[in-house]
Amino acid sequence: MRYIANLVNADKLAGRTRKYKVIFSPQKFYACEMVLEEEGIYGDVSCDEWAFSLLPLDVDLLSMELPEFFRDYFLEGDQRWINTVAQALHLLSTLYGPFPNSYGIGRCAKMSYELWRKLEEEEDGETKGRRPEIGHTFLLDRDTDFVTALCSQVVYEGLVDDTFRIKCGSVDFGPEVTSSDKSLKVLLNAEDKVFSEIRNEHFSNVFGFLSQKARNLQAQYDRRRGMDIKQMKNFVSQELKGLKQEHRLLSLHIGACESIMKKKTKQDFQELIKTEHALLEGFSIRESTSYIEEHIDRQVSPIESLRLMCLLSITENGLIPKDYRSLKTQYLQSYGPEHLLTFSNLRRAGLLTEQAPGDTLTAVESKVSKLVTDKAAGKITDAFSSLAKRSNFRAISKKLNLIPRVDGEYDLKVPRDMAYVFSGAYVPLSCRIIEQVLERRSWQGLDEVVRLLNCSEFAFTDMTKEDKASSESLRLILVVFLGGCTFSEISALRFLGREKGYRFIFLTTAVTNSARLMEAMSEVKA
Amino acid sequence: MNRTKGDEEEYWNSSKFKAFTFDDEDDELSQLKESKRAVNSLRDFVDDDDDDDDLERVSWSGEPVGSISWSIKETAGNSGSTHEGREQLKSRNSFSSYAQLPKPTSTYSLSSFFRGRTRPGSFQSLSDALSDTPAKSYAPELGRPKGEYRDYSNDWSPSDTVRRLRKGKVCSLERFRSLQDKLQLLEEAVSMHDGNVITAVLIFLKRTLCKEILFRELEVRQVALRHLIHFLKEIGDQKLLLDLFRYLDRTEELALSHYREHLNIQDPEKRKEFLKTCIGLPFSAEDSAHIQDHYTLLERQIIIEANDRHLESAGQTEIFRKHPRKASILNMPLVTTLFYSCFYHYTEAEGTFSSPINLKKTFKIPDKQYVLTALAARAKLRAWHDVDALFTTKNWLGYTKKRAPIGFHRVVEILHKNSAPVQILQEYVNLVEDVDTKLNLATKFKCHDVVIDTYRDLKDRQQLLAYRSKVDKGSAEEEKIDALLSSPQIRWKN
Repeated sequence: MRYIANLVNADKLAGRTRKYKVIFSPQKFYACEMVLEEEGIYGDVSCDEWAFSLLPLDVDLLSMELPEFFRDYFLEGDQRWINTVAQALHLLSTLYGPFPNSYGIGRCAKMSYELWRKLEEEEDGETKGRRPEIGHTFLLDRDTDFVTALCSQVVYEGLVDDTFRIKCGSVDFGPEVTSSDKSLKVLLNAEDKVFSEIRNEHFSNVFGFLSQKARNLQAQYDRRRGMDIKQMKNFVSQELKGLKQEHRLLSLHIGACESIMKKKTKQDFQELIKTEHALLEGFSIRESTSYIEEHIDRQVSPIESLRLMCLLSITENGLIPKDYRSLKTQYLQSYGPEHLLTFSNLRRAGLLTEQAPGDTLTAVESKVSKLVTDKAAGKITDAFSSLAKRSNFRAISKKLNLIPRVDGEYDLKVPRDMAYVFSGAYVPLSCRIIEQVLERRSWQGLDEVVRLLNCSEFAFTDMTKEDKASSESLRLILVVFLGGCTFSEISALRFLGREKGYRFIFLTTAVTNSARLMEAMSEVKA
Repeated sequence: MNRTKGDEEEYWNSSKFKAFTFDDEDDELSQLKESKRAVNSLRDFVDDDDDDDDLERVSWSGEPVGSISWSIKETAGNSGSTHEGREQLKSRNSFSSYAQLPKPTSTYSLSSFFRGRTRPGSFQSLSDALSDTPAKSYAPELGRPKGEYRDYSNDWSPSDTVRRLRKGKVCSLERFRSLQDKLQLLEEAVSMHDGNVITAVLIFLKRTLCKEILFRELEVRQVALRHLIHFLKEIGDQKLLLDLFRYLDRTEELALSHYREHLNIQDPEKRKEFLKTCIGLPFSAEDSAHIQDHYTLLERQIIIEANDRHLESAGQTEIFRKHPRKASILNMPLVTTLFYSCFYHYTEAEGTFSSPINLKKTFKIPDKQYVLTALAARAKLRAWHDVDALFTTKNWLGYTKKRAPIGFHRVVEILHKNSAPVQILQEYVNLVEDVDTKLNLATKFKCHDVVIDTYRDLKDRQQLLAYRSKVDKGSAEEEKIDALLSSPQIRWKN
């Protein structure tokens, strides 16, 4: 606002008269108006609102493109976007009929839901009598599950996002990927036939798949050798274009895969994943901590180091004070002293905290759990966890079976549960919650989990609407992520949908990944 | 109110704008009646046939609200832009005495109300996708100018006001003068959950309440307090923000807020001065140390920068000639500064500001970090002797031994990254304690002797045989392997 004001005032000083129009998207805030007024240009600019709140990024993904939502709400506590979310929900309900079943978890979810209901009441009559097409809605706060958002992604789409940054459904592939001098902006969605087959796959499958496809393509090209004129004409007019298209896409994706593999080998990705899995499972915590320490010392990457520290903090209910102090000091020494502010932000958001004295669970817990059987260990963990306040990740993980027990190798080609999105090590918490609530159609039996999550939940069923809903629509579920959603979660839920016969539609305030989350919390150099 | 009731009645009744009666229900009903009259009389204004259709759709037969909403359902799209229009329509308040205005004060003709005014790039495309009717008649979108002129009544309750604010409509909050009214308004806003509304109310309160009262009231209202803090941060009202923190006794946030300002200061000297002022602030104990370090670091960097720039331009110093500086050292993190110092000033005595040892002592850099950084710097310069010296210590018997606080595998990796010659690599690979890691690294970096020796020590004949094929034919290594394999003294495991 001030920038605009400066422009206008500069013009005024220079004696230029111009007409100014400011278009606010998706909504104009009163604070903006105030600044315009303060700067004395309120009368000179005409303001308009463009309430463009939903961008369909794909056949099942709607994004509100509000990356600032995360920081504004989860760090600053500003509820300014709740209205926008409620409006978006309202829009959907007017398009697709009322939602008979709504569930949610998290404070923001609750507030958005309440505001949305107020909107619905005020606009009463619009959706009356319409048949519901979406059977269930699930609202989820990002802070219910930070862990999933912080993990390295290994499904193809997630990897592409982590490596190249997908923006608004498209990605910029540089020359090393396109094998030419130019970089190419590519739209990544279900229209891209090659992409749609590999996007949800674990990376280990992708290369094999692509090579197979390349061979098939080559075989198809080779067919032309045996053709006569008529067949050739047919081929050229009908099939060649499609083949060429496929060829182009294939080479792009193969290039992307190679680029990803190169980067990951350089970064010592194996080691990184090993550490992450150890943190998720709760083993070798000391080793993981020294790994992080080394990572910081070597000045590898400020965002990665931060991410690992946060992962450690959340899975362990906060760092032990000694570690917190030493890692913080090392971080400030390696990446700059101004990150003192970053640490304060992370602490406020609950991402990187210090254990209060008396909270040290891990050491005792791990010793004990090595001695007793699983069942008993779970009970002891629960007992400990009830003392601790914040994250309780281990207890939740045990309760919801987030770490699958595997006998033998976990088959990534034919995955049997959602854990495949993290190489079989961990089922995303957010997805597991959704799965459980949908199964029970309520929060029954999940009281412990909710208590451990320290959140408020709600479930609301409107029977009148439910009756009208066809069984088809009852299989259609709208999942709303408040604060961002990762491609791994989307892939996991798509998998769940295929397993259980649901169809998921995703509405998110923005597509996110661990890097974006960390950047949102960092204080950037001015 | 100063006037008598009779006066008031007269005043209001004579006014062009008829949107105020004390009785709420009457208000709405009378307005509806007005509107009905207004719309019916509008037919005179309308020329086009099309508008007739629209008018019919909006005809006030029966349930006015119902028919409007019915018409809305019929028309396409639910764009946010028409949303507002619809809301304005719904909200009875907006239907005040249009008909009484002699002439529409805006240039919009009636037809434009009943046809969606195309807001730039609005949901046209989505609507297009959704509906088939090409002639998009949105529900009457009465346009903001109209709304602003028309419904200038002031007497909405806090909850109504808040509702209007949420919809983005003009609303004067001036009438909430008593503290009680203000607080009630705030409460309503908070229960609405919309941050934009809460901030709007706060803007008003900030303007009309002295800060002590404002702070006192917000102290017990956490949600509103958070919004105020964020608002003050965004508009940059640093003074009030710091006052607020001081009042709330949030000393640490006060200190951090003040410290944050340093990011806006570009000039290094000024920034340094500013940081000095930050030192005494009420940070936590560790943070105070960090701030102190920040100041000291910047102070040093300024000195080093000035000195080095001078040296570089003088062109006498070899190191600067061979490896010209790519960037200034100002505002770099400590480790980077240490690297720089190990690169350019390694041999300096402890007394100078730019010597690495001085940095290590001043900032209490742990050995691990120091060795790692010094190694990286010297390896980059290919100063292998210096690297050796880093790890060599004399034990009490006078024998030299190599030790490293960081694990020799790390050392080897860094050496390899800097293309160290194989002999140097070999030496350090040999020092790796863990046998598997040693073998891995040796094989990776082709340190044949190490591999051979290790297999010999492990008495692993099979592996040695396998490795034989990896070395060059006729090389010294091959001969060595052959010699070992045929040696009768070794008792092989396999």
